[in-house]
Amino acid sequence: MPDLLIELFSEEIPARMQTKAAEDLRARLTEALVEAGLTYAGAAAFSTPRRLALTVQGLTGQSPTTREERKGPRVDAPEKAIEGFLRGAGLTREQLEIRDEKKGQVYFATITKPGRPAAEIVAEELDRIIRNFPWPKSMRWGAGSLRWVRPLHSILCILTDEAGEVKVVDLDVDGIRAGNSTEGHRFMGAGRFAVTSFDDYRTKLRRAHVILEAEERAQHIWQEASNQAFASGLELVEDSGLLAEVAGLVEWPVVLMGRIDEAFLGLPPEVLQTSMKEHQKFFSVKNPKTGRIERFVTVANVETADQGATILAGNQKVLAARLSDAKFFWENDLRTVQAQGLEGMGAGLAHVTFHNKLGSQADRIARIAALAREIAPHVGADADLAEQAAKVAKADLQSAMVGEFPELQGLMGRYYAAAAGLPAEVAAACQEHYSPLGPGDAVPSAPVSVAVALADKIDTLTGFWAIDEKPTGSKDPYALRRAALGVDRLVVHGQLSVKLLDVLTGSFNRVGIAISETASQNKQKLGGINISGGAFQVLPEVDGRRVDARAVNLLSFLHDRLKVHLKDDGIRHDVIDACLAMEGNDDLTLLVKRATALADFLKTDDGENLLQGFKRANNILTQAEAKDGVEYSYGADVKFAETDEEKALFAALATAEPAIAIALKSEDFAGAMGAIAALRAPIDAFFTAVQVNAESQVIRRNRLNLLSSIRHICLQAADLTRIEG
Amino acid sequence: MSDTTEKPRSFQEIILRLQAYWAAQGCAMMQPYDMEVGAGTFHPATTLRSLGSKPWTAAYVQPSRRPTDGRYGENPNRLQHYYQYQVLIKPSPPNLQDLYLGSLRAIGIDMALHDIRFVEDDWESPTLGAWGLGWEVWCDGMEVSQFTYFQQVGGHDCAPVSGELTYGLERLAMYVLGIDHVMDMPFNDPAAPIPLKYGDVFRQTEEEYSRWNFDVANTDVLLRHFEEAEAECQAILAQEAVDPKTGKRIIMAHPAYDQCIKASHLFNLLDARGVISVTERQAYIGRVRALAKQCADAFVQTNAGGQAA
Repeated sequence: MPDLLIELFSEEIPARMQTKAAEDLRARLTEALVEAGLTYAGAAAFSTPRRLALTVQGLTGQSPTTREERKGPRVDAPEKAIEGFLRGAGLTREQLEIRDEKKGQVYFATITKPGRPAAEIVAEELDRIIRNFPWPKSMRWGAGSLRWVRPLHSILCILTDEAGEVKVVDLDVDGIRAGNSTEGHRFMGAGRFAVTSFDDYRTKLRRAHVILEAEERAQHIWQEASNQAFASGLELVEDSGLLAEVAGLVEWPVVLMGRIDEAFLGLPPEVLQTSMKEHQKFFSVKNPKTGRIERFVTVANVETADQGATILAGNQKVLAARLSDAKFFWENDLRTVQAQGLEGMGAGLAHVTFHNKLGSQADRIARIAALAREIAPHVGADADLAEQAAKVAKADLQSAMVGEFPELQGLMGRYYAAAAGLPAEVAAACQEHYSPLGPGDAVPSAPVSVAVALADKIDTLTGFWAIDEKPTGSKDPYALRRAALGVDRLVVHGQLSVKLLDVLTGSFNRVGIAISETASQNKQKLGGINISGGAFQVLPEVDGRRVDARAVNLLSFLHDRLKVHLKDDGIRHDVIDACLAMEGNDDLTLLVKRATALADFLKTDDGENLLQGFKRANNILTQAEAKDGVEYSYGADVKFAETDEEKALFAALATAEPAIAIALKSEDFAGAMGAIAALRAPIDAFFTAVQVNAESQVIRRNRLNLLSSIRHICLQAADLTRIEG
Repeated sequence: MSDTTEKPRSFQEIILRLQAYWAAQGCAMMQPYDMEVGAGTFHPATTLRSLGSKPWTAAYVQPSRRPTDGRYGENPNRLQHYYQYQVLIKPSPPNLQDLYLGSLRAIGIDMALHDIRFVEDDWESPTLGAWGLGWEVWCDGMEVSQFTYFQQVGGHDCAPVSGELTYGLERLAMYVLGIDHVMDMPFNDPAAPIPLKYGDVFRQTEEEYSRWNFDVANTDVLLRHFEEAEAECQAILAQEAVDPKTGKRIIMAHPAYDQCIKASHLFNLLDARGVISVTERQAYIGRVRALAKQCADAFVQTNAGGQAA
C-alpha cells in the first residue's frame, strides 16, 4: 500500500483562499481516486503562502479488474442493432456469447476492464483537478494558457511504497513536470531538495524554515504574542479572523511587539485597532487596567541577525504615519462638532446623492426622521429623541475619519454625538441604527436605536420598491434582503407590536413625494427630458384598512425573509404559511407567536392526531360540498345526534369554541392550541364510531355541518389546510 | 547583486540604480511620456504595448499627477505630482518575482534584515478597462510596489500576459534613505557642490498646483476640454484605415490614445475641483473607459499590436 504525496508550489496564494483550496484539493482528489476504484486509509491537506500539499496514506497500488456483463439483442435482430451493441461494448462478434432465453437466442457481452496502476490514475486525475481548480479568482501568466491563482511553478508528486521506494508520478501540466523536489522558505531556505515521503517532506520543510500546518503557525503566533504581551503586564486582544489571515501570510512566523507612540494613545481604541488591523495586519495589545491599547504585535516572515529590530522600526514608522493621519482627522472632526454640532458636520449630506431617483442623503434623512417619530410610540421610544437621533445618525459620513475608515461609520457618530453633548440614547442610536447587519449580528434593544434602525431600513426598502429596483435572483445591489431581514429581526426580537402595512404605506407616501420632486429637478437639469414620477395608486383594502398595493408586495418580501429566518430556528415553512394565511399577518410578533405555538403543538402527540382528524373532516366535507354544490355551514343540531360519540363531539366543540376565542383575543396562542388539543379525542372517537355518509339525508347533512364546525373552529387558530403531511 | 550593496545617498541615485538594474535585465529604457498622466500605467509603452502578441520589455520613470492628493507640500507623504518607476515585460518571465527582489537589493534593501512580503492586492483601473491579479509588496509593513499580472486591458484579454511592476519612488526612497518628510529628502548627492533637497525642487510647485487644482482651475474650460478630447479621440478613430495621401494603411491608435489620456487627466482635475457628484463620477469614468477601449481596439489592428503588416 503506497503513500501519495502531492505539493503544488506557486507564487504567493492570497491568505483568505488557502484553507479552502487545501480542502478542495483533498476532497476532489480523494473522491476521484475512489471513483477510479482505489481505496485509501487516510488523507490530509495543508497550505502555506506558497504551497498546497496533500498526503494520502495507504493507497491501493492499483485499481481492481472489473467485469461487466451486458445483455444484447437477439441473434436474429437487425444487423444495425447488433453493430450498435458491439460498438457500445467495444467487442467483436466472435467475443460475444450466445445464450438461450425464453424468447430465443440472445447475445451476451462480458466486458473486462483491467485494473490500472495507482500512478496512472493519480496522474490523470491530478491533471484534471489542477486544470479545473475552483479558485475564487484565477489567472494566466507568461505565454501559457494554464490558470492558477498565481503562477504555478512546480509540482511534487510521488508514491512511496512500504519498502521506502519512491516513484515520481509521470505527469506534465502545461510544461510543468512533476518531480520529487521542492524548495523551502523564500529567504531562509537553501535551494531545492528532494523528499521521499510525507514525514521526510515535513521535516525537511521545517529545516528549510517552513511550518507546513497553518494551525501550528497560528498557535505559535498566538502563544508567542500572548507571552510577549504578558511579560509586559499587557494583554493581547483576541481576533481569530486576523490570526487565521496572518498565519496565511507567513511560512515562518516571527512575532514582534512594538510600541504605539504616546501621542496616539488618546485616539478611540477602535480607531487604533481598525487602523492597525485593516492596513497593517497588526494585533492590538491592551493594558488590562485601563483598557487602553498601548502596543501592537506584528508577525514577520523572517528571522534576522538584529532580532527583528529593523523590521520593527519600519513597521513602527508606517504605523506612526497612519496614526498621524487618524489623529489629524479625529482632532479636525472634534473641532467641527464642537463648533457646528453634529448636524453641522452632516450639512454636506445635502450635496451627496443617495440615488438619482431618490434624492440626496439629506432628503433621505428627513424621511427617516419623520418615520422614526411615527414608529417611536410603537417601540416605547420618546418621539422627540427618536427624531433627533435620526437627524444626526448619518452625520459622521461627512467626517474625515469615516472618509478614511468607512468601516468606522456609526461608531464615530457615537463618539461625535457624545462630544457634541447629545443625549446618550441619541449617541447610541448613531452607532446602533445600522444593526442588525446580517443574520448573526446582534439586534439593538434600546428603544431610540430600534426606532431609527427600523425607519432607516424601511425607508431603504420602500424607496427601492417605489423605483422598482427590487432584488432579482442573485442580484441585490442595494442589500435589500439584508434590510428586510433587519426589519424582521428588530420587530421579532423586540416583540414589537407594529402594523407594518400602515407604517409601509406612510413610508411609501413620503418616498413618492421625494421621487416626484427629484424627477422634476432632474427634468430641469436635463432640459425637459420627461422622467415619469410615481404613478397614481388606487389603494386596496386589507383587513378593513386602506393600504398601498406596494406595501402589500413589500410585506410579502418581508414575510419571505422571515420564513428563511424562522426555518433556521426550526419552524417549518408550511407552519408559517398556515399562520400567514390569518388576518393581521403584518404584525410579525403576533405571526411568530402563532407560528411558534403551532409548531410546538404539532410536535405533540395530540397535535399530530388532531391534524389528521382535521384533515379527515376537511376532506370529507370538501368532497361532499363539491358533490352537493352547497356549503355546509348552517350549524349542526345536537338533536339529530345518534351516538354517544357524536354527542360527545357536540359537547367538546361547544366547550372549545369560546375557550379558543378567549385565548385568541388575548393572543394566547398556546392556550388556543391547548383548547383545540382537547378536540382530538372526541374527533378520533367520532370517526371510529360514526359513518358520516348516513342513509338518512337529514343525519348526513347534520354530520357534515358538524364537520364544518370542526373546520371552522380549528381554522380560528391557523390555516391547518396548509400543513403538509 | 550582493546584499552588501552600499546604501544609496539620494533620490536620484535610487532612480539611477533602478535604471541600471533593469537595463542589465534587458529592458528597453524608455523615457517618461510627454503628457500629464495619473500613473505609469497610462504610458502607451504599458497600456497599448501590453496588448497583442508581440513580446515587449520596457522600464521608465513616469512623472504622475493626482490633483486630489495635493497638500501644498505640507503633508510628509502626499504629493499631487510624484514619480513612479514602471517595468513591463511581456510575456511575464517565470522568475519575475526574483528579478523584482533583485531590484530591491540593487537599491540597498538587505533581505537578511528586512521583511519582504507579497500581500494579495488585485489591481483594477476602471478608466482603462483593465485588471490583473497580483500583490502589493510590503517591506517591513510598508507598501513599496505594486506587482501585477495583466489579465485584461481596454477590454481585451492579454495574451501573452504582461508582468507589471510599479514602484512609488518617493515613498520607497524615503524608506531606504530613512527620511520622515518627503521635502527633506536629498534629491542629488548631499555632498554635491550644490546639494538639493526634494523640497528645493518641488515645494513651490506643490503649493502652486495645490492652489490651482483645488480653487482656481476654470471648470468650464476643463469641462469643454474634456468634451473636445473625447470628440477628437472618436474623430481620429473614425478615419479610414488607408491614408488617402500616402495610400498606406495607417491606423492612428496613438494620437487617439493621447486624447484619451487628456480626457482622463481633465476628469481628475474636475474631480479635485469638487464639481463632480458621486453619481456623475461613474458616468465620467465610463466615458474615459469607452475611449480607452476604442483605442485598444484600434491598436490591436496595427502592426505593433500584432497584426501582420
